[in-house]
Amino acid sequence: MRRWYVIAVPYLWLIAFFLVPFFIVFRISLSDVATAMPPYVPLFDVSAGLAGISNFFSQLDFENYKFILTDELYYSAYWSSIVIAGIATFLTLLVAYPIAYGMARAPKEWQPTLMMLIILPFWTSFLIRVYAWIGILKNEGLLNLFLTSTGLISEPLSIMNTTTAVYIGIVYSYLPFMILPLYASLEKINPSLLEAANDLGCPPWKAFWQVTFPLSLPGVVAGCLLVFIPATGEFVIPDLLGGSDTLMIGKTLWSEFFNNRDWPVASAVAVVLLLVLVVPIVLFQRMQERQQEAGR
Amino acid sequence: MSTRFSWFNITSVVIGFAFLYIPILLLVIYSFNESKLVTVWGGFSTKWYQGLLSNEGLMDAAWVTLRVAVISATLATILGTMAAIVMTRMGKFKGRTFFSGLIFAPLVMPEVITGLSLLLLFVAIGLDRGFWTVVIAHTTFTMCFAAVVVQARMVDFDKSVEEAAMDLGASPLATFFQVTLPIIAPSVISAWLLAFTLSLDDLVIASFASGPGATTLPMKIYSQVRLGVTPEINAISSLMIGFVTIGVLAASYVSKQQSIRVEQERRRAIGAAG
Repeated sequence: MRRWYVIAVPYLWLIAFFLVPFFIVFRISLSDVATAMPPYVPLFDVSAGLAGISNFFSQLDFENYKFILTDELYYSAYWSSIVIAGIATFLTLLVAYPIAYGMARAPKEWQPTLMMLIILPFWTSFLIRVYAWIGILKNEGLLNLFLTSTGLISEPLSIMNTTTAVYIGIVYSYLPFMILPLYASLEKINPSLLEAANDLGCPPWKAFWQVTFPLSLPGVVAGCLLVFIPATGEFVIPDLLGGSDTLMIGKTLWSEFFNNRDWPVASAVAVVLLLVLVVPIVLFQRMQERQQEAGR
Repeated sequence: MSTRFSWFNITSVVIGFAFLYIPILLLVIYSFNESKLVTVWGGFSTKWYQGLLSNEGLMDAAWVTLRVAVISATLATILGTMAAIVMTRMGKFKGRTFFSGLIFAPLVMPEVITGLSLLLLFVAIGLDRGFWTVVIAHTTFTMCFAAVVVQARMVDFDKSVEEAAMDLGASPLATFFQVTLPIIAPSVISAWLLAFTLSLDDLVIASFASGPGATTLPMKIYSQVRLGVTPEINAISSLMIGFVTIGVLAASYVSKQQSIRVEQERRRAIGAAG
């Protein structure tokens, strides 16, 4: 049947280039470092046949996992990634909510333009947007220049190369990911619900917490997942804005791979990161699927 | 939900947009700075832009990036459109949940994981890293974005026109090219543009997937950014911003014109029928 071609082509592509690589990562995370190219000892020798398979099982080696789970550095890198991503996600929600709320309340004919303006920065390079903040945040940067010249502060603030800079970077870069789902759920809320609350004597702030916010929860959850999952493994922001003091696992993986050239340990770091993120990723998928079902 | 556009709402939208746009604006303004020092305004100058043209390394990287982006965006749009058809038109089949998992997971997967896993695949199968490995890597992660964009359009258009075409004897393939594709065309174009810009932007996955001789622009920019802020980087960044902005605005103008035309045609059809 012809329809199977349509299914098979994208399916096979994703299996070959998305799924299979994970198994390879897992396999290499169990092997030893070598000083050759590739810098690991291959575990599975196809040409050896059955002997190769039994050899494969006898050589399985969880040493790399023992290493990263007992080493203080990795443990704290995972922990601080989760904490930083969690706090940054919350801050993004705080910044995004009023914007999404304002957009949903804007006159109908403005809304497509406002949407466009939210999406436009997302189209411009992530790297460039992070880079733009270096010029602003550094000690002799534009923010300090502005604050000292207006007399608001006398000593320049040192924000660059701190966790604060990482928070600013994440909030800024991931803001559209939070605003879009929030806006989508806020925009659907029927205004007569709020009118009804008002008519029954409910003050606006109470109506917000009892009507608007609960109805926007699907958007809140979707937005938070869209920010939290990639932010946990973020590399560019902690590397460029966080300096050497900020410990995040994406950075650790990168330096393990590119600087130490220890591919097996880098693979083990990736596997553990994936395990950490598996719950939010599955949650995100479930939500997407449910939305898709509802749309049909 | 548009009842009242109060002062609170106006303020939050204005502050939000200021936060989004001021850093980009400052970057563009300082690319015209005569002075090498980023925070000292030394007068208007375009010398950094002129310097770019003679910077061969940067121009090479730009050319590589552009070719990677065009090829991978095209492949990703084809694969993504197919995936969107599978998810919206194929009904239930064995492995459907698994399939949609494969589509949605790359959207949120941390780039370091995707990059590392692709690199290890290329090494394991003995593929030399270079131009084509970057193309494969970019196609893989951008096709999922393309699929989501096209799928959103496929969900909300009237399926009965496709059914009508098939009832009248059109083959599924003919139905797709003559009925479905013209209707979803705007979303296919935006899917291509999204895939194109994502590929243009990507640093992390390209760093893993690329080999000697295939340095992309973000990789080049990144290696220079680590050394500090320079007006030259500001200039190349501004060019990229301008390039993408014009592209996106043009695309949205085209799709708007198209939807106006469709609307007019529909009115005319209804007028003729009545």
